[in-house]
Amino acid sequence: MNLLERIGRVFIHLFEETGLWFGMLGRTIAWTFRPPFEGGEWLRQMVRVGVDSIPVVFLTTMFTGMVMALQTYNGFHRVHAENFVGSVVALAMLRELSPVLVALMVTGRVGSSMAAEIGTMRVTEQLDALQALATDPVQYLFVPRVIAGIVMLPLLTILGDALGVGGGYLVGVKLMGANPIVYQQNTYQFLHMNDVWSGLIKSAFFGLILTLTGCVRGYYTSGGAEGVGRATTAAVVSASLIILFTDFFLTKLLF
Amino acid sequence: MATNTPMISLQHVDKTLGGRKVLDDMSIDVERGEALVIVGGSGVGKSVTLKHIIGLMKPDRGHIIIDGQDISTMRPVELNNFRRKFGMSFQEGALFDSMSVFENIAFPLRRHTKYTEQQIRERVDECLDLVHLPDVASKRPSELSGGMRRRVGFARAISLKPEILLFDEPTTGLDPVISDVIAELIVEMDRTLNTTTVTITHDMKVAFKIADRVAMLYKGQIVEEGTPEMFQQSKNPIVQQFIEGRAEGPLTE
Repeated sequence: MNLLERIGRVFIHLFEETGLWFGMLGRTIAWTFRPPFEGGEWLRQMVRVGVDSIPVVFLTTMFTGMVMALQTYNGFHRVHAENFVGSVVALAMLRELSPVLVALMVTGRVGSSMAAEIGTMRVTEQLDALQALATDPVQYLFVPRVIAGIVMLPLLTILGDALGVGGGYLVGVKLMGANPIVYQQNTYQFLHMNDVWSGLIKSAFFGLILTLTGCVRGYYTSGGAEGVGRATTAAVVSASLIILFTDFFLTKLLF
Repeated sequence: MATNTPMISLQHVDKTLGGRKVLDDMSIDVERGEALVIVGGSGVGKSVTLKHIIGLMKPDRGHIIIDGQDISTMRPVELNNFRRKFGMSFQEGALFDSMSVFENIAFPLRRHTKYTEQQIRERVDECLDLVHLPDVASKRPSELSGGMRRRVGFARAISLKPEILLFDEPTTGLDPVISDVIAELIVEMDRTLNTTTVTITHDMKVAFKIADRVAMLYKGQIVEEGTPEMFQQSKNPIVQQFIEGRAEGPLTE
């Protein structure tokens, strides 16, 4: 009985959290189309989510592309299929690695800071002050951040695609001595536009998930400085899990 | 709207938070232009009362009528717009720390008026003058002292010329001299702006200075109310203990 109770409680908690999340998603969508529009704030958040994340995305995807080439070369060499290294690296980066890794890195960088920022505003009554000034926090804080996530994540992913494929090329050609022209041909040979689109569509969803989760965790912060810390951790953990979870289903469902 | 109805009317308000009944069938009216001060110990529901008046919390039962309109049944968007009637000052000021003092006070003006940049600048200066704080517009909230932060909070609260001003513990954490300065400032703003004000505090000196009427909140209900003179002479042992600040009495039993 005790065990059942505990399991039950975990599920109730899970459903409550899910309900809150989707409730906030609904409010965010509703407020997106209501004036006044925070043009300046939208741009500021896009810089924060997009431009400021470029160095991290640069290093992550480039090295992933490089190590992918290294590993697949190793493996394919054993079955004399070295020619396919370029194709495998490109397919893996575009369809899967670039969208997911970019999303996870941006979650750590931006999702966490959004939770900390909004959480601090909660515990210092700044969210109440916003409301007292006839400004809905969802409109003023959530909407610009979520829009920035949806717009900027696909752009970062494109950058990641290019860098990953480029990193693979560097390793394949310079380190493993593959023929540059053959490697390039192999890279493009089996690619469809669909591979690019599927990665970009997924990353737009990830952008929504990581920003909204950061905002929601911050919004429901309670308990002072410690609460802000907890909200920040929870934002990163739950956003990362939701991203990996939806990644599977989106991939299965759409493509 | 008829002018003889009260500006603020709380009717039989119940509120339970975290399993504890914070407000229990609480009722009180505030007349137009009146300065009401609600006093009471920590955790008796003073802040909760204030948050109900501005609609940051919804009552479990009962009604909150502001200027003839029931805000407890309003839709969120409607309520959001209705809040322009209010100016609220928070305990620690609750200034937006990502913005300068100027931007803090300009914030509601930019969002809710069609003022030009010039008009906004004038209105911000006007508000800072009203709280006697010149030359801080370009500072960050973190560079200000506690008393100054409170005053910037006042300036932000009055920038949209609200009809109702709410003060949440305006002097908590300030030294006695600055507390008195803040109390005088509230009296002065109340007079010059001709607003209805509700202040909550546990500082009796401040309460008597500001109030047209003092009300004491205890166990989620108003147990005593009256003019400062009447209140001071109250026979109610709860009130007497609180005014005198004694450790023994019905409050601590």
